[in-house]
Amino acid sequence: MIAARNLTKAYGAKRVVDDVSLDIPRGGITSVIGPNGAGKSTLLALLSRLLPPTSGSVHVDELDVATAPGDVLARRLSILRQDNHMTARLTVRELVEFGRFPHSKGRLSTEDAQRVDEAIRYLGLEDLSDRFIDEMSGGQRQRAFVAMVLSQDTDYLLMDEPLNSLDMRHAAETMKLIRKIADELDKSFVLVLHDINFASHYSDRIVAMREGAVITHGTPDEIMQTGVLREIFEIDIPIHELDGRRIGLFYR
Amino acid sequence: MTASPDPTRRRAPLLLLAMSALVVLAAIGFMTLGAKGSWSFVLPFRGTKLAAMALVAYAVSVSTILFQTITTNRILTPSIMGLDALYVLIQTTIMFALGSSATAALPHSALFLAQVTVMIGFSAAVYAWLFSGRSQSLHLVALVGLVLGVLFNSLSSLLHRVMAPNEFVILQDRLFANFNTVDTSVLAIAALAVLAVSAYGASKLRTFDVLHLGRESAIALGVDYRKTVFQVLIIVATLVSVSTALVGPTMFFGLLVASITYRISASEKHAVLLPLATLTGMLLLIGGQLVLERLFAFDTALSIVIEFAGGIAFILMVLRSASR
Repeated sequence: MIAARNLTKAYGAKRVVDDVSLDIPRGGITSVIGPNGAGKSTLLALLSRLLPPTSGSVHVDELDVATAPGDVLARRLSILRQDNHMTARLTVRELVEFGRFPHSKGRLSTEDAQRVDEAIRYLGLEDLSDRFIDEMSGGQRQRAFVAMVLSQDTDYLLMDEPLNSLDMRHAAETMKLIRKIADELDKSFVLVLHDINFASHYSDRIVAMREGAVITHGTPDEIMQTGVLREIFEIDIPIHELDGRRIGLFYR
Repeated sequence: MTASPDPTRRRAPLLLLAMSALVVLAAIGFMTLGAKGSWSFVLPFRGTKLAAMALVAYAVSVSTILFQTITTNRILTPSIMGLDALYVLIQTTIMFALGSSATAALPHSALFLAQVTVMIGFSAAVYAWLFSGRSQSLHLVALVGLVLGVLFNSLSSLLHRVMAPNEFVILQDRLFANFNTVDTSVLAIAALAVLAVSAYGASKLRTFDVLHLGRESAIALGVDYRKTVFQVLIIVATLVSVSTALVGPTMFFGLLVASITYRISASEKHAVLLPLATLTGMLLLIGGQLVLERLFAFDTALSIVIEFAGGIAFILMVLRSASR
């Protein structure tokens, strides 16, 4: 379980994340939704110690994120951000090998090499494994980074807008893949998503944020209600049911 | 399925071997070509120069690559941190306070040690001050270094203005990178300092590789980012201080070496990059000195030629990144 207590991040007087207390249980997919500037990405950065909180605490199982050694935490929790600009020119395999760094400290054992191969195969990147990252399309690059965090082999995987700048096909494929990893490999995902319908279709839990605070959380069926969504996004979204899934039509 | 490195990556040892051979050839050429008179004079005389060039090539190349790794920026060099300007200010202050004859009488090794200590102490203080805060922003560190550099330069030029013209000429001569006037006792101290930080950094090469991915990925992969970057900054400060105190400031040499290294290197691992950069730097310095001395019978200003070439390379890199 990831447990946040009274978590606050303030820049001057502006509280980007404001007194958030939240339990994210082990297993399945938890999606964080909310309008721009709600503090979703900041919350994810606080949970994964990329940012130090102004006050409050985060525990991942028994580990206190503020004090646990970096490499211990890196074997428990991984994070993928939206912007993965690199100066180094790496091949897919080299990138995925970095995922083993918390385990191997850079000296790959045969087990590490196996994990790297598994991750590459799982993402269907075998044919691309010697290609350079900067020569690949956005969708392929996204898969390479997912392979890297997968080879890190952590219980918890945090992803900040994994669907950002992916087309429909790649977005759907990525979500299917995340669902598959969560189910088959028993991993827990926390995703920041912009599209409420992806959140509704693929997650087990949805956490809704607005103005730095968690205003509600629950199952997709509980959150995907016109009244609840109005409170989050301040617009009226009619909800339809299609094949047992709730879909919000926010296009008009 | 076993991990098989792709063909381009297997080139790395071959390339290192070829570069080493070139460097050895250049060194032999430098030591022997055009020698007139007794070997017992020529060899130690040229040997000191050769050792100085090798040491400076190592210090400048390694510090530039490491600095570019932590800043994830390939057109920055550690000279942005204001250490060169501090060196000029120290030299100017000594000359101003003591005068040229008393300065010339100072023991070289003590002067060298004092300079290096002040420079490393200054960097450590600035880094500790800026990097222990919440921001942990390397850009802030670089910016403050830049501003302090400007301050040091202004102080130096103020002193230059009120200095006696003769003393100023002597000072100016000391401020150009120069391999001809290196003292052997100073060289030994410099070599020890460089050896010490190298031994310190050698065990962390694989962690440096992770820093290539940027701050957030490095933290996500369990690297103690603040500690590691601080360590790298101290290593860089030591190398730059030693090299600057040894031969004077070099601005673009490191940049030239680093950009050639990335271009020819088949790997982005520091275990390959750093040796390759060192060899490239040595080849440029030793080979360049050899060509200048023997082909053009031109004995003084290799640093000017290299800085000129490095400056052009820098402008090309800026133009190319702007057109992207």
